Amino acid sequence: MGTSVFYIVAALSIFFSLMVIFAKNPVHSVLYLIVTFFTFTVHYILLNAQFLAVVNFIVYMGAIMVLFLFVLMLLNLNKDNEPLKSPLVKLVGIVAGCCLMVTLVGSLKATSISEPLILRDPGLGLIKSLGKELFGPFMLPFELSSILLLSAMVGAVLLTKKEKA
Amino acid sequence: MEIAFVIEKLILVTIIFGISLVIAMYSTYAERKVAAFLQDRLGPDRAGPFGMFQPLADGLKMFMKEEIVPTESNKWLFMVGPGLAMLTACIGTAVIPWGSAIQIGDHLVQLQVTDINVGILYIFGVVSLGVYGVMIGGWASNNKYSLLSAIRAASQNISYEIAMGLSIIALLLVTGTMSLKEVVEQQHGWHWNVLYQPIGFILFMVCAFAETNRAPFDLPECETELIGGYHTEYSSMKLGFYLFAEYINMFVSSAVMAALYFGGYNYPGMDWVLAHTGTTIGPLIGTLVFFGKIFAFIFFFMWVRWTIPRFRYDQLMHLGWKILIPIAIVNVVVTGLVIAVIEKF
Repeated sequence: MGTSVFYIVAALSIFFSLMVIFAKNPVHSVLYLIVTFFTFTVHYILLNAQFLAVVNFIVYMGAIMVLFLFVLMLLNLNKDNEPLKSPLVKLVGIVAGCCLMVTLVGSLKATSISEPLILRDPGLGLIKSLGKELFGPFMLPFELSSILLLSAMVGAVLLTKKEKA
Repeated sequence: MEIAFVIEKLILVTIIFGISLVIAMYSTYAERKVAAFLQDRLGPDRAGPFGMFQPLADGLKMFMKEEIVPTESNKWLFMVGPGLAMLTACIGTAVIPWGSAIQIGDHLVQLQVTDINVGILYIFGVVSLGVYGVMIGGWASNNKYSLLSAIRAASQNISYEIAMGLSIIALLLVTGTMSLKEVVEQQHGWHWNVLYQPIGFILFMVCAFAETNRAPFDLPECETELIGGYHTEYSSMKLGFYLFAEYINMFVSSAVMAALYFGGYNYPGMDWVLAHTGTTIGPLIGTLVFFGKIFAFIFFFMWVRWTIPRFRYDQLMHLGWKILIPIAIVNVVVTGLVIAVIEKF
């Protein structure tokens, strides 16, 4: 049952990610992106990574995408006032896109289908074991990354301050 | 076994869904009665005895009204908005433990739909998702007032989520678990978390008021500035769903507060009652006590609404970012220190 659920959800993820690109209206794009993140949450649950699933749910769906939507609603972009791109830019875009596709196809062909990975500890994604890992062997990197985030926050606040004349 | 399990859960979900709808329905009636009581009026008293059928009459009116979809609106999203508001309001009830397991025959029935070990975070996620109904509806209306209201709702929700999360962290330090069931069981008798986390509780409650868009934080519906707020363009039952979702949200957040801080289905002297009433009736009394606490919180929500005037927008942001968040951080640090000292000595 798990495998069939995976294939259905995976197909949905791909479908909604494509809709993000093909949607004409930027607000619709963001809404499709939210649904895409929701399918990712389902993937995490299928992998028994409950904590990751719920954090993805809160942080990406609940906070970051709200801010995205916030900005887009304020800008109120639509088809009518979207600036038309010059033919040169379009040509460059096509060439770059083709290059990316060739690289992706090439790299996918090079990889062989590996044996299905069997998780040694299925309870790894549960909050208790994750906490023990993060605050045990990975204490230093964990704390350092929190300092990194704090400095980014301070930087963002500094950017909004007007310089005193 | 598998099918019996599914049927048991399905029945439980249906009952909880029904109860939350009925409570939300009668909250609209209670709101008017409480308002009348606080303003020394009578309130609705025409439909049935004491106006008891007023919510039914209101519901019928909502269904019968003409439905108007603005021409320039985004039709699809205009419809999705109220539905999403209702959905996010209802799914929070899934992890709340309504009572300890009751025994029917020799079968134990858990009065909780699911006990996931990230229950508190799940509630938090559902709360953070709740703003989408308002945002999508407000934007799709294609009305400047609705859009302004949607943006207010989003920024208010994001701002108060932070303080709410920090107040929950302090609670987690005390309980050491994220499963709502375990949190409630730890508060056996009168060991309620509010005794250990009074500041955390007050922070959580203020944030719950803001997250449910209730007065004094009902800025998205500020009539004096924004006509009707995000539901200006809505009519008929679509408007009804938005108003209804607010009452369900109020019910769910009351239940969460009662479960996290006020002991859920625990009450002083419960062991004596349990010993005298058996394993079927005893837990049900606990459930009744839990609902009593929820109703007390709902009354408090209404009491505040008819007592405190609405905040100004800058006051709202000032309170959220410069008062609640620092207090919440200090609360986390102090709680951590106290726990460290207790464990050391």
